[in-house]
Amino acid sequence: MYSSCDLDHLSGPVALKLEDIEKLGELARLRIEPGEVYDLMAKLTSILAFVDQLQAADTSEVTPMAHPLDRAQRLRPDVVTEPDQHELYQQNAPRVERGLYLVPKVLE
Amino acid sequence: MHYRTLAQSAAALKARSVSSVELTKIYLERIARFDSTLNSFITVTRDEALAQAARADERIARGDDDPMLGVPIAHKDIFCTAGIRTTCGSRMLDGFVSPYDATVVERLARAGAVVLGKTNMDEFAMGSSSETSYYGPVRNPWDTSKVPGGSSGGSAAAVAAGLCAGATGTDTGGSIRQPAALSGLTGLKPTYGRVSRYGMIAFASSLDHGGTLTRTAEDAALMLDAMAGFDERDSTSIDEPMPSSVALLETEWESIRIGVPEEFFDDGLDPGYAACVHAAIGEIEKLGATVKPISMPNLHLSVPTYYVVAPAEASSNLARYDGIRFGHRSEAPCSDIRELYERNREEGFGAEVQRRILIGTYVLSAGYYDAYYLQAQKARQLIARDFARAFAEVDVIAGPTTPTPAFGIGQKTDDPVAMYLNDIYTIGADLAGVPALSIPCGFVDALPVGLQLVGPHLSEARLLKIAHHYQRETDWHLQTPEAFD
Repeated sequence: MYSSCDLDHLSGPVALKLEDIEKLGELARLRIEPGEVYDLMAKLTSILAFVDQLQAADTSEVTPMAHPLDRAQRLRPDVVTEPDQHELYQQNAPRVERGLYLVPKVLE
Repeated sequence: MHYRTLAQSAAALKARSVSSVELTKIYLERIARFDSTLNSFITVTRDEALAQAARADERIARGDDDPMLGVPIAHKDIFCTAGIRTTCGSRMLDGFVSPYDATVVERLARAGAVVLGKTNMDEFAMGSSSETSYYGPVRNPWDTSKVPGGSSGGSAAAVAAGLCAGATGTDTGGSIRQPAALSGLTGLKPTYGRVSRYGMIAFASSLDHGGTLTRTAEDAALMLDAMAGFDERDSTSIDEPMPSSVALLETEWESIRIGVPEEFFDDGLDPGYAACVHAAIGEIEKLGATVKPISMPNLHLSVPTYYVVAPAEASSNLARYDGIRFGHRSEAPCSDIRELYERNREEGFGAEVQRRILIGTYVLSAGYYDAYYLQAQKARQLIARDFARAFAEVDVIAGPTTPTPAFGIGQKTDDPVAMYLNDIYTIGADLAGVPALSIPCGFVDALPVGLQLVGPHLSEARLLKIAHHYQRETDWHLQTPEAFD
């Protein structure tokens, strides 16, 4: 029922390396606590090894799913519908001054 | 009074044998008495609830007979509520107060339902045990050393213990049906797009379904009629008329064809659980149904497919939490904005959420996208085809909701994959977007177990009718946990 896929680089069990975890943390803007990196690496590896069984599925004749009910995205007229409510929205902002969000310096 | 169904409470309110304020006070007192044990609520909105109840009583006095009017319910803390904090079970949103109501919240409020508070849940709905919440684990009223299921575990525990008449939930991989099964309730996940996602905090947008946790199918129909239907603010909302589920409940039984997938009765299924499910299917057969075995050969792909698609969508949806416009902000000194983002997100997100963001980032990254994400979306199509093929032959698919009854708190927290496998029977319906529900069908070791019914797209009203007819013949759904009487 299944045929093997032509994805050689994934044919074996996935083993993440330390630099992979660092790279993922960078991409996801997520600081990884140095003391937790090995436990995290083990858990992520076990999850990836588990999902790796997908590689055995024969999907050569299948189009990827775009919508569960096979429908197209509904469109709406290109008109402004939202009023400016920045004061209301900024009530949830941790640091605001004179209507501006405060962040560390971004330019030297 | 507290174990009345939502329909019974509505009838009592209509007959003026109790007022909404009286009913609301009964539930608030029960929450005060029992919730320190269960931890099912994150926020209790006592004053707002009493004010809503007083307004409902005025409407009742004027002769308004909206079916949900004055009935106390709770919302999963994933639904945005204007003026009341919405945390999604996360430190990231600990102080977040939404500027607007979710469509579900708005519609139930318009129907006159009283909101007792916001229920606890796995952080960002990522979990099957309600243990990953920043606000601590929820306990199962049937055995407080066990989990209530998740991620809608607070809603499940609150309804099961009689702390509210019904509650909203969300189901991305089983998060309504699995806790319903583990807590002895009726849990409905309608067709994808039937319930608006507007104001429902996004986890995996192509899989997120709003729904209900109630004692009975009749109660689920009442809530669904009030909250479902087209919403132009949700781009994937189904723009079609929504037939009344309540109206269909009492209509005459028509013979149905039930398919029982052999793949649902695998080695992982508890034998006692299997016996309960077979007995329940036999009971429905007696109502007038033919039962035949079917095969869903791709169903085994559903959990691995889900754990690619859902984290991928989550990593994208959760990118918005930067701790600058809203959300948790670190107190640590940060030299630049990038470090601030990284600190805010590290401190704001719990371990399971972080793992899913990282897995999602991995499967979407250059070089891996085709092998993981694209392959998973193809596998998802294979699973959807299995359902379509089955529904060409049968009207309903029946099987267990979960492999086992409730497991112990802490039992699976260190093994993500073991936790994920708890949703092995529920995930398929989310991937295919078809409606499904879980109803109580027995007990194993004094813990409730669930029968799952799955139907073709848009058939939720029919599933509720079948469940309602089953519940007229059985009393599993009327059992209540002794410790909370």
